[in-house]
Parts: sequence; C-alpha cells; structure tokens
Amino acid sequence: MENLKKKFAGKKALTNLLFIVISYAIITFLLKGGILNRQYTSLLVPIAVNIILAVSLNLITGFLGELSLGHAGFMSIGAYVGALITINMDAPEVVELAIALIAGGAVAAFFGFIIGMPVLRLNGDYLAIVTLGFGEIIKSILISLEITNGAKGLQKIPLYTNYKSYTLVFILMAISVIAITNIVNSRHGRAICSIRDNSIATESIGINVSRFKVMAFVISAFFAGIAGVLYAHNVGILKPTTFDYNKSIEILVIVVLGGMGSIRGSIIAAVILTALPELLRGADDFRMLLYAVVLIIIMLFNHSKIKEGLYNNNTIGKLFGKKTDKKKVGE
Amino acid sequence: MALLEVNNLGISFGGLRAVDNFNITIEKGDLYGLIGPNGAGKTTVFNLLTGVYVPTDGSIVLDGVKLNGKPAHDICKCGMARTFQNIRLFDKMSVLDNVKTALHNQVKYSLLSSIIRTPAYFNAERNMDKKAIEILKVFGLDRICEYKASNLPYGMQRKLEIARALATNPKLLLLDEPAAGMNPTETQELMDMIRFIRDNFDIAVLLIEHDMNLVLGICEQLKVLDYGRIIAEGDPVKVVNDPRVITAYLGE
Repeated sequence: MENLKKKFAGKKALTNLLFIVISYAIITFLLKGGILNRQYTSLLVPIAVNIILAVSLNLITGFLGELSLGHAGFMSIGAYVGALITINMDAPEVVELAIALIAGGAVAAFFGFIIGMPVLRLNGDYLAIVTLGFGEIIKSILISLEITNGAKGLQKIPLYTNYKSYTLVFILMAISVIAITNIVNSRHGRAICSIRDNSIATESIGINVSRFKVMAFVISAFFAGIAGVLYAHNVGILKPTTFDYNKSIEILVIVVLGGMGSIRGSIIAAVILTALPELLRGADDFRMLLYAVVLIIIMLFNHSKIKEGLYNNNTIGKLFGKKTDKKKVGE
Repeated sequence: MALLEVNNLGISFGGLRAVDNFNITIEKGDLYGLIGPNGAGKTTVFNLLTGVYVPTDGSIVLDGVKLNGKPAHDICKCGMARTFQNIRLFDKMSVLDNVKTALHNQVKYSLLSSIIRTPAYFNAERNMDKKAIEILKVFGLDRICEYKASNLPYGMQRKLEIARALATNPKLLLLDEPAAGMNPTETQELMDMIRFIRDNFDIAVLLIEHDMNLVLGICEQLKVLDYGRIIAEGDPVKVVNDPRVITAYLGE
C-alpha cells in the first residue's frame, strides 16, 4: 500500500517534469522554426505572467476558499517596485533583474500580510469588497505618488523579459508553479484546504486558522509581485490604470474557468484566455463579442456531461492525470 | 490529580444563562456520559471546553493546564479533541488527508522544506502516512483511504470524524452524539469501538448521547443537564431512574 503510494507520487512528479520539458521544447521549436510571427511571440511572456497570476490567485480562491478581487493590486506593487529598481540601478542585467524580482515579490508579500489582516475578521462577500477596495487604493496611490510619476506612469523600463529571454521567463514560471503546487501538497497546503472545507473543524484539530489564512495571502501576493516584475520588464511602460479592477477580474476569470483548486486548469485557461483576444484580432469589431461567447461556451463545457465522459474515458482521463471517480462506498 | 477539572463553569448569552455552575471531574481512562433533553446545554458545555465559546465564569483545568480563554487550536494542542453533532469533515479532501491534516502538530516540517521538497519532507510525509493508516485501521477505513470524505456513507463519516480527532493525540476525547443516525448494529459496533479506543489509546472519553442503550452500555458515570444546570449525577442506572431526570425528559 505504502509502496504503491510512493510510486504513484514519484510518477506524478515525473509526469509534471515531462510536461514542462515538452512544452518548453514546443515553444523553442516554434520560435526557432520561425513558425510564430511577431504577433504571437509577443504573447509568450504575457501568457507566462498570467499563468503565475492565475496559479497564485488560485491559492486564495481555490484552496483557501476566499474570494479576492484585488490581485492586480499585488501585481502592480511588484511591477512598480521592480521597475523602479531596474531604472535606478546600474548593474549587470541579471543582477538587476534578480534584485527586482526578490524586492518586488517581498514588497507585494508585505502588502499581502497587511491585507491578510482583515481577512481574519471577514469572509465571503465582505472580503471580496475589501480586496476590491484595496486594489483601487493601490491604484490611487500610484497615481498620486511622485516617485511613480503619477498618471503618466513609468517609462523606459529596460526590456529584460521580452520574448528573446523567454527561457528565463519560462524557468521562473515553472519555479512559481512548482512552488505553489508543492505548498498545496504539504502539511501547510492541507491546513489551507481544510480551512476552505470547514474552518471550525480545522480550529478543533489544533490548526491556527488565522495564521494559515494570512500565510496563503502572503504567498499568493509574493508570486503576484513576481508576475508584476516580469510584466513590467516585458512591456516597458507602466500606467496605474492598467491595474484596475478589470485586470483583477481577468485573473479571476482565468481561475474560475480553469476550475477552482485546479492548478493544471489554471495553466490551460491562462494560455487560452491570453491568446484568445490576439487570435480573434481578425474579427475586428466582433472581437470582444466572440471572446465573451467563447467564455460562455467553455463555462458550459466545464459543467457538461461531455467533459465528464472525456475524463472518465480511461485513455483521455490518464492524459489529464485525473483519477477515475470512484463510486460511492456502500451504495 | 484528575485529568480534567471543571469548576463553576458558566456562560450567559445576553440574559440567557445557557450553562450555570457546571462541575465535572474526569479521571484518566474514564468513560463519562453527558445527557439531557434537547436544548439543555450539552453542546454548549462542549463548546466551552474546546474554546469555541469563552466562558463567562468558572475554570477549566486539563492535566494541570488552565484552558480558560485559550483559543480553540491551543486547547487542542493541550490534549482535548472533539467531534461535532452535525458532522464536520473536510469534504473535498480524501479520507487519508482528513486524518493527515489532524497530524499537523504531531509531524512537522518547515514551509521551505515543503517548497523545495527536502528529505525531511519525504520522511515526515511517510511517517504521517503510516500513522494515519494505523488510526484508520482501527475504524476499518484504511481500505478506502483514497476516497473523498463526502462520498462516504453516514456511519463511516462519523467514524472518520472520530479517527480525525484521535489523530491529534488527545488525552480527553469529546464525542457529540456519536451514535446519531446509526442503526442498532452500528451502535453496538460503535460501543465496542469506543471501549477499544479508551483502552488502546490511553484516553478518557466524555460523550453526549441520546441513545440510552449506548449510554447505559458503556458509560461508567453520568451527568444530566437540564436548562443549563446539573440535575443528577453518578451511577448511570441510578441516574436514569431518578425522578428529577424522568420529569426533565417526560414532564410531570
């Protein structure tokens, strides 16, 4: 029994690794082969950024079970901190970026800690409103501060993470996703998931619910900050209005569409939903309309018997790494 | 010294005195029963003991440690575990993970070692698996440890909740209506199990129950609550024949 479990866990890690290597190989092949044109290569980093954002938000919404509408706030903090560091520093590119990433993540995590405090007293809709407010406050502060250059925003940010350095971005993304996956599958992750399922029972088995709620927020904010730094050095210009609640909702849509509590789902949804608006560019005026229709179709598919059938079909189910749902016991 | 000593425990919700002057002394290895009509305050007593409510007055001492005012998770660490009247499992998690979550304070490793998967992580997880399976075996749940908790039938969910409480390594186990919704065979099985747990895990048990067969079958001492006050206590057979108890249950 124990051996079997161990073997299973090892196999899972191996599949994940294989998945990462294969997807990297595909991207390299497409890039070097010149199959992707400029329009699509420019999507590589935004996709990676959105994957990190979605997976980190999933930690709060999917695993902790709290609704957060201020994820763009954490992202903007990381982006501005990182950009200010690389603009004002004079060091080799790698050093600058490394410091920017660490600082951006750390400052965002600090704000995650602060916003984590009201979380202890609020939940559900109330928390959603508080986080929404938080995102807007950050935006207003960025507009009014001198150092962030107000509404004009930061310009001439060195483009350290454009598509040419996609290897670096890919590695950072993989590390972020693996780190969050590992946390979820540990005693800390179990504590976080148990809060989602029943916080009173969690408290009764000796787990400090407050501590783990804040921990989830800090970890999530940290990775959102990292994503922000990558974003800033990809676009080169930062404007406070980029990080309004639309951005937060966009991330939330990815998480919900991919499935709450499913990291794999978040990754797939992030890829699709980031690429989709670009793919639909040919449709001109109908672009956003088609985007909305696709969203609805995916949502319907998520709750359809077709998906269930695909999952329960052994070969395809294995492909998705889903264990076939066991029948209820004794019924 | 007694394992649990509760003196003059009481709580008021506004003007309502839900529990008043509650005293109980539980020795190591005791099987204690708490009964009373609906709304008598039995579950409130459990909530006071486990820190869900902060008592208005009185003192709770478990194994020499004063528990008043401590948060629920600290009280659990001091050695008090409980189950709930309406089952509270971690529904979306597997049976095994339910128990492993409860091992949180027994087997530890840092957040860093869980992120980078150090050998400490693997050792601790293996250790946890072993301990969890050991406990699940007692309840015959080890064969279905991969199932989602919400997919278990009612009786097994009750057992899983007890298993989870045991995994926190308690000195005193509080069971809130463990036999609710069980048929006579299952109740009989549960009685044997409670005795087995008491003998093999070296703990005391305090249970709330309406099923008189179970109460008279396993409890060595009884306390009867009515309107938040103790109206009778002592030997189970004597207590249930006490006219005050009969009045409380059936009226004049």
